[in-house]
Amino acid sequence: MTIEITPDADLLAALRTLLDARGIASAAEIAERIALTDAATPARGAAMVARAWTDPDYRTLMLTDGAAAAEALGIPMRGAPPLGVLEDTAELHHLVVCTLCSCYPRAVLGYPPFWFKSAAYRARAVRDPRGLLAEWGTVLPEKMRLRVVDSTADYRWMVLPLRPAGTAEWDAERLAGIVRETDMIGVTLPAS
Amino acid sequence: MIPPGLPPGSRVRVRADWPEAAGPVHVRTPHYLRGRTGELVRHLGDFPNPEDLAFARPAPRLALYHVRFAQPPIWQQGQAGDDLLVEIFAPWLEPA
Repeated sequence: MTIEITPDADLLAALRTLLDARGIASAAEIAERIALTDAATPARGAAMVARAWTDPDYRTLMLTDGAAAAEALGIPMRGAPPLGVLEDTAELHHLVVCTLCSCYPRAVLGYPPFWFKSAAYRARAVRDPRGLLAEWGTVLPEKMRLRVVDSTADYRWMVLPLRPAGTAEWDAERLAGIVRETDMIGVTLPAS
Repeated sequence: MIPPGLPPGSRVRVRADWPEAAGPVHVRTPHYLRGRTGELVRHLGDFPNPEDLAFARPAPRLALYHVRFAQPPIWQQGQAGDDLLVEIFAPWLEPA
């Protein structure tokens, strides 16, 4: 048996040509989608979190319809999966994982960090989540419950973390500056 | 398959089914939940069946639910009150 090795670039070019020829996706549509994906960064999610911390109506919208809340801040959501937002409270902390693959709210957080797709993270987030959090230096208050959200299907999930103490005087822009991508997955907590 | 309109809070069981054993499949129901019982949280919407989409077959829209499972006893880890929240399609669920 012979195995033909096709250089990746040739294979990709052939696939793109076929997608175009069959009217599935044109070169321009693919370029637009790549540009949209590249433009997304955790700063988008951070802006949503900061707005929710400072605007109760926006918070309600964000928890009801994450995609509408993103679009309200000018974040393009066309073609993106529905976005669900998980509200942390004083009694409940959320941790997001995709045990089956690498589902991630790319429209609002950008490309996932490399470890999010690792077998180790995906297995341990459901099997030993408190141990995993401890390795991130995230220690939950003793009575706080932990909810692991396994993103298995059509939704994408982000966490709305608790606003840290000592930020009462801060405006949304300053608040957005302390929200990291890991805070919006739930492996860390925002700190002032 | 659970009937449409089952109210939040209903007890549901994930089918202990292993279609992987019969041939190539694309299943969005994690192994660790097969046969487990949880609580229906809410209907998230209806989406084309990924098990058909993956093989370019016509894909009927199926009800997708958020289902909550108590963390212990699934992994014997964590504290009482810890749980897992997972998206499961209706055909994988049965009343418990």
